Amino acid sequence: MSAPVPKLEVAGIDSLTLRLFDNIDESNMPWMLAASQRLRASFGDALIDLVPSYTTLLLHYDLERMDLKRMAGMRVRELIAEAFVDLQPASAEGGRCHELPTWYDRSVGPELPLLAQRSGLSEAQVIERHSRHEYQVFAIGFAPGFAFMGLVEEALAAPRLSTPRKRVAAGSVGIAERQTAVYPVVSPGGWNLLGRSPVKLFDHSIDGYSLMQPGDRVRFAPIDHAEFIRLGGDDSPLETPL
Amino acid sequence: MNRDAGGLRVERSSPFIQLQDAGRFGVRHLGVSQSGALDWISMYWANWLLGNALDAVVVEITLGNFDLRCEQDGCLALAGADLGATLDGEPLQPWRTFGVRRGQQLRFAQPRLGARAYLAAPGGFSASAVLGSCSSMAREQLGGLHGDGKPLAMGDHLQWMQSVAAPRPMDARLIPQFTPSPRLELVMGAQIGDFSGQSLFDVFNSAWKIDTRADRMGMRILGPRLQARRSTTISEGIPLGAVQVPPDGQPIILLNDRQTIGGYPRLGALTPQAVARLAQCLPGEELQLAPVLQETAQESHLQFLEQWRHD
Repeated sequence: MSAPVPKLEVAGIDSLTLRLFDNIDESNMPWMLAASQRLRASFGDALIDLVPSYTTLLLHYDLERMDLKRMAGMRVRELIAEAFVDLQPASAEGGRCHELPTWYDRSVGPELPLLAQRSGLSEAQVIERHSRHEYQVFAIGFAPGFAFMGLVEEALAAPRLSTPRKRVAAGSVGIAERQTAVYPVVSPGGWNLLGRSPVKLFDHSIDGYSLMQPGDRVRFAPIDHAEFIRLGGDDSPLETPL
Repeated sequence: MNRDAGGLRVERSSPFIQLQDAGRFGVRHLGVSQSGALDWISMYWANWLLGNALDAVVVEITLGNFDLRCEQDGCLALAGADLGATLDGEPLQPWRTFGVRRGQQLRFAQPRLGARAYLAAPGGFSASAVLGSCSSMAREQLGGLHGDGKPLAMGDHLQWMQSVAAPRPMDARLIPQFTPSPRLELVMGAQIGDFSGQSLFDVFNSAWKIDTRADRMGMRILGPRLQARRSTTISEGIPLGAVQVPPDGQPIILLNDRQTIGGYPRLGALTPQAVARLAQCLPGEELQLAPVLQETAQESHLQFLEQWRHD
């Protein structure tokens, strides 16, 4: 696969959307990761934020740091062009790989029976299929540390709940369409829940800490209740869906 | 009870009254919202009046219903909306500094002009930065007076960073005018071509009315129904002021507390000046949108910033 050529799209006064791909694909992420690293290097302090998401990078630069004698837009395009010269996809070691211990159980994953019913699989098979695949982190959004991962096997894909829950416990593992995610903190949510992980995904007391970052790879490792508790998990059942 | 701890004691507050600064940057790829003062221009002036850094921590007072008791003498500054502020019953005008004495009561009633007032203190109000900013972000439990994102509440004590201020008056000609039915500039985004010709005409030739669904995350505006060729796209990072159009055809202008990514078609994004002006609009008010090219908007924004460069 050859290096993507980004389409530059105006997003706002000081931001551009760099469109690298047209479709969601696991093979996008090594390129997105490599491009992010190069852009951070070429912009340096003039970069305010860089937000990778599935197929695009939103580049928010510091307008006041651009060379004012020249058109700011021209300088920005030069820096982007520089970053994509001889771009190579990040190696498998580029993004980190995380193993998330997960207790799959109806008490914390009330949609396990639904997912089994939809797919014609047993609940044990649903768990086996969800945990056998290595997922890519496509984007972080919705809430701090909330990683959109995929792609989930077609058989396990399921639409969001028609009525979202008002309260989803921290650590809840869910599926929406062909994506899977773990809720970092208690929040409302409409994903189909199948288990819970005791791992802390976001901690603002550590500067800029999010366990998962775009381009990382993730595998879910089934654990039993005793192990879940030993790892500090909270096994309180979910509130009834509203 | 912690009596006379100095500073200001909050006697009455609401969920819309929060500590803010310029916001959180460099952490949006972690899903952390930008936050920060919505009317950054008024925040800049409130701080400028006291000789502070322009983005020092201020109190963003939305809609009033906020009372403070002064527990030390000092010099404060007020900018932005006229919320019918009084000091011991005497009216206080925005865009100027004022002295307070221990025991006096500072009250904010209801909006008379604009929606958000900014209160500044010497050196800025004290709070611990979380991820580089003191801005309150309740949804993400970040920042604010106690670091947990909560808005100011009765009993809170506000302290400031410096004992002396360097107050200065503002050139009256520079005071932002909150004239009705403002014309807000929108930097046209690349996806604007996804909207029908009729919709593009309507965007820039209609009076848009601000809906009651308006907060620091975003404001809905009501008017002709806009149509895009696609109803959703793959989620992507969204900038401040982005004007997105969900399937109901009524735009949402995304503000400082917006989520970091989203997937509705977008017309573009308001300029920073337009965002600041929008922050002073109340539900039911009208506004107009005007197209501007990115390059033109950049030039006029940099020129606008010049007013704070010289002393």
